[in-house]
Amino acid sequence: MAEIKNYTLNFGPAHPAAHGVLRLVLEMDGEVIQRADPHIGLLHRGTEKLAESKPYNQSIGYMDRLDYVSMMCNEHGYVLALEKMLGIEAPIRAQYIRTMFDEITRILNHLLWIGAHALDVGAMTMFLYAFREREDLMDIYEAVSGARLHATYYRPGGVYRDLPDTMPLHEVSRWTDEKEVKRLNANRGGSVLDFIEDFTQRFPKYVDEYETLLTDNRIWKQRLVDIGIVSPERALQLGLTGAMLRGSGIEWDLRKKQPYAMYDQVDFDIPVGTNGDSYDRYLVRIEEMRQSNNIIKQCVDWLRKNPGSVMHEDHKITPPPREKMKGDMEALIHHFKLATEGYCLPEGEAYAAIEHPKGEFGCYIVSDGANKPYRLKVRAPGFAHMSAMDELTKGHMLADVVTIIGTMDIVFGEVDR
Amino acid sequence: MSVSLQTLKAHLDGMQAEKLQQSTIALNELTIEVAPEDLLEISTFLRDDETCGFEQLIDVCGVDYLTYGSTEWETGGSGFSRGVKREFSFDGDEQDEVIEFDGKRFAVVMHLLSIKHNQRIRVKCYCDDNDFPMVDSVEGIWSAANWFEREAFDMFGIMFSGHPDLRRILTDYGFIGHPFRKDFPLIGHVDMRYDEEQKRVIYEPVSIEDRTLVPRVIRKDQRFTPAVEGDE
Repeated sequence: MAEIKNYTLNFGPAHPAAHGVLRLVLEMDGEVIQRADPHIGLLHRGTEKLAESKPYNQSIGYMDRLDYVSMMCNEHGYVLALEKMLGIEAPIRAQYIRTMFDEITRILNHLLWIGAHALDVGAMTMFLYAFREREDLMDIYEAVSGARLHATYYRPGGVYRDLPDTMPLHEVSRWTDEKEVKRLNANRGGSVLDFIEDFTQRFPKYVDEYETLLTDNRIWKQRLVDIGIVSPERALQLGLTGAMLRGSGIEWDLRKKQPYAMYDQVDFDIPVGTNGDSYDRYLVRIEEMRQSNNIIKQCVDWLRKNPGSVMHEDHKITPPPREKMKGDMEALIHHFKLATEGYCLPEGEAYAAIEHPKGEFGCYIVSDGANKPYRLKVRAPGFAHMSAMDELTKGHMLADVVTIIGTMDIVFGEVDR
Repeated sequence: MSVSLQTLKAHLDGMQAEKLQQSTIALNELTIEVAPEDLLEISTFLRDDETCGFEQLIDVCGVDYLTYGSTEWETGGSGFSRGVKREFSFDGDEQDEVIEFDGKRFAVVMHLLSIKHNQRIRVKCYCDDNDFPMVDSVEGIWSAANWFEREAFDMFGIMFSGHPDLRRILTDYGFIGHPFRKDFPLIGHVDMRYDEEQKRVIYEPVSIEDRTLVPRVIRKDQRFTPAVEGDE
């Protein structure tokens, strides 16, 4: 019999299952992993350093690009840290809008996660299903902010603008004929809120479809059950947050425990796993999607009944409306100062964290009183998850590495920053 | 049962009186400052003490205080000066111009979370030596520190003694310097491109110029300042 020696395997950096640019150096004994050494940083853009050279508001767009599948949640973390230091609070309506969009973002994120995860493990159909729904959600993004991904919609003091009364419609083109356009526009006749409500009516059925495909699927269970088990103690030690922590049975969700925006006003449950394996985390995230859907419904109800301002009135921080600017000298000065210089934060430091779809996303800002941050540190959940890679993969087979990357919900925009 | 921030502060002030250099509550956040030699002891205490119970390390990051409080646009006197003076020059020796600084330049900031008590705390530790900043690694207390400390080492050059594997993490293989230091220019030092003649990737001195679009200013007439001070 041939003698089998340990060898080193290079996984990535352009492997489709590496979810971006991850280079994994695996030390293998046959097909069993002895040690995993992730080499990250291939997508490092120095976001934190860039932010130091720009007025505060100009960095909101960078936050979108951190975890580029849960854009508005990143903005929320940054904006909350700013508001904390400025000592202002967004109007209630803006906070409800933020809550709603955080949950829309959570669904967006989990849909991409389930699609990519299932694709890696061998279920092609999920990817197509998930992207069908993502399309609708990105249309909502587009309707409110003009961009399908990088919205820059949240601002310190509120949100950029109120929800529009109309939903953009599809038009006949070379690729879509009249019949197809009619089908696509069927539920886009009303306002954005109508469209969101229509989505929340449809969505639970879609989640049922995903579950039909996966939950009791023999292959899915063989690939996920008992893979990447994390005990609650180790999960805390390793700094895991979000679904990675809840999958191990620890009931911890910042939305409940340290509520921000309007999470103390809406009703929802925190799903918790028991075994801490990949399958439990899958179940947790699926249930989170259903809960998010409920939260969106409650927000839509509230937003329908309560019109109002969505921006803080203090024009030293938020720009005045354009119409006002044309006739009012003071408004013009405010606008000029904000556009050329921005606003200054008081000296000090603050840390604000939110429950990001992936875990705890926090921004730590050190200010020396200038119009730019002195230091901005982004605490990305994926970074801590990625550092647990070695421990999670040890003793597993090569094919399980893919499952573990999938279950950690890694996006390199935030790991590398 | 959650402990209030004031109770926690009083508890820490009482138990670790001589070890705490400072403890403040600002913006509803508790910050304590410790000396590098006490960091390990205080960290263990924070994790194991019943009232503290900080079982999770959320974040470790470095801060470089080299240019703290400096501006690019003076607003004193009778009016504003015009334009921005460039701080860095990239011709020849001027590049190594040293910005004078006394005081402690580097700090390591840790954010801890107690799930048991639903409480947060910030631990700050200033490094003694500005040329060779070093603190003890808390990797043995919280495993999560491993990568966060590697990142702080990579970005700021802060050494963590006792760290099992202190390698660069985010920068390129063979990278020189610590990019988040304040004396490292935003545009970097080198460009990288594929050279058609040599058939390989080559590094060249950086070809772009640093621009400041919005100057950095500090405005003292903050209307929010009283609100912040009032919290303390």
